[in-house]
Amino acid sequence: MFEELLSSPFYQRTLAAAAFIGFTNGFFSGFVVLRKNALSVSALSHTMLPGIAIGILVTGYLSQWNAFFGALFAALLVGLGSVAVARGKRIAEGTSLAVLYTAAFAAGVAILPKLQTSAELEHWLFGDIMAAGDTDLWIVFSIGVVILIGSNLLMRPLLLTLFEPNVAAAQGVPVRAMQYAVFVMLVLALVSSLQAVGCVLTVGLLVTPAATVSLLTDKTSALFWGGGLVGGLGSVAAVLISTPLGISPGPAIVLLLGILFILTYLFSPKYGVLVPKKYFTSLK
Amino acid sequence: MKKETHHECCAHHGHHHELVIEGLSAAYRDILALDKISMATSCGNRVALIGPNGAGKSTLLKAIAGLIPRKSGEIRWRGTSVKKWSREFAYLPQREEIDWSFPITVRGLVNMGRYPQTGWWRKFSQEDQAAVEEALKSLDLKELEHRQIRELSGGQQQRAFLARAIAQEAHVLLLDEPFTGLDRNASILLGDLLEKLAGEGRLIIASHHHLDSVPKLFDEVLVLKTQQVSFGPVDSVLTPALIKETFEV
Repeated sequence: MFEELLSSPFYQRTLAAAAFIGFTNGFFSGFVVLRKNALSVSALSHTMLPGIAIGILVTGYLSQWNAFFGALFAALLVGLGSVAVARGKRIAEGTSLAVLYTAAFAAGVAILPKLQTSAELEHWLFGDIMAAGDTDLWIVFSIGVVILIGSNLLMRPLLLTLFEPNVAAAQGVPVRAMQYAVFVMLVLALVSSLQAVGCVLTVGLLVTPAATVSLLTDKTSALFWGGGLVGGLGSVAAVLISTPLGISPGPAIVLLLGILFILTYLFSPKYGVLVPKKYFTSLK
Repeated sequence: MKKETHHECCAHHGHHHELVIEGLSAAYRDILALDKISMATSCGNRVALIGPNGAGKSTLLKAIAGLIPRKSGEIRWRGTSVKKWSREFAYLPQREEIDWSFPITVRGLVNMGRYPQTGWWRKFSQEDQAAVEEALKSLDLKELEHRQIRELSGGQQQRAFLARAIAQEAHVLLLDEPFTGLDRNASILLGDLLEKLAGEGRLIIASHHHLDSVPKLFDEVLVLKTQQVSFGPVDSVLTPALIKETFEV
């Protein structure tokens, strides 16, 4: 029966989507880990739900496009708004983000009961990669390509900005533009994984892969490519095992990545807490 | 020994570049941090910035590096505004301002020094690779090149950042409290290293808070207390009367 499933174009499309979403999100998780404020990503992801709700309220119906643009719009508004407020230096970015995202979430909660389609919203909350249609795949694919090309083109100035913003600015890197660029790509990445894991769990895909790799290596570039591999392979494996286990693919992806992280945390040859330090020094 | 290298300037480019600061003032919001600083020095020198806490030592370094805007005054290098020459300036922040947990190795850090040369996209050329190798070798970091930066001792960390400055081909090294937190041996090593780097023609400007070691480590000294108290060769500036005036409130 499993072989039959594997040969169905429908299932193959699901696996391709999982691999691609996992890879782009895993790649970008390198930046999330280096920015050291994964919780703000969580705040942003919650903003997408009211965004979708408003998208439905404005257009009157639920479709991929207005869900996509609603989520994108809300996350960009809240995300960029919080960066702009924090620029005044009086208020920290985390503070302004917390204020704006809870306000947005409150707006979403207020609107939800007024919608006819609120039942279908569960689909956006927790994702349903099996239901990914052609349009979804094209959206995901285009976003992924933009993120991968954008972050590779800007890799050096982005790394300089994340490591030493002051020094980067003195060397002529447009630090502010780089910070906005990371934010925009972050929001795009969040929206791209909506379909797979839903807006609550997207954070898992956008943090865990590089966090896992950071326990294995100190090479900066490995965070990105390694994160991509972990995200892509992990997502495919999760989809494959989710069917026989009878669990939804979305939670399976985030759960599997989480388990991988914990295993690495415990047993990483270099930084694992259960691996005696002697072992590593004797290797050198 | 230090006088021999003094003013035998810029061995590797045969010019005598000058850094001139005229009437420099800088402020954080409304609080004046530097008031009308003027000094002139040239490559090959080691300049100490001394003064009590909050005297503006770090602010001056940051202003020269272009990290903070200046309120008035001018900073010129090679006769024109420093802005044009950012590539020739390397700034090493105080230890606590560096994110030591950043997943980067010593080699990765030194590679970053080449970014001003390579720009955003150009691949590392053989010349870039050679510059990185050279910097790692000359600062004795070859064996540590794969270490994450937190896995180094304080002295090694200073050397790693200096190696980045050298890979960058910086002429002016701006060091914020480079000797802080180093043990005796590491301090001696760093002192020798700065002498060597100045001997090769670089200009070194460092904030420093051990008055006793200034004569041994530096050629010139700028005494600061928001305003400029004095500037000149170490032995003529650091008189007991001036030290008393500056450091006793």
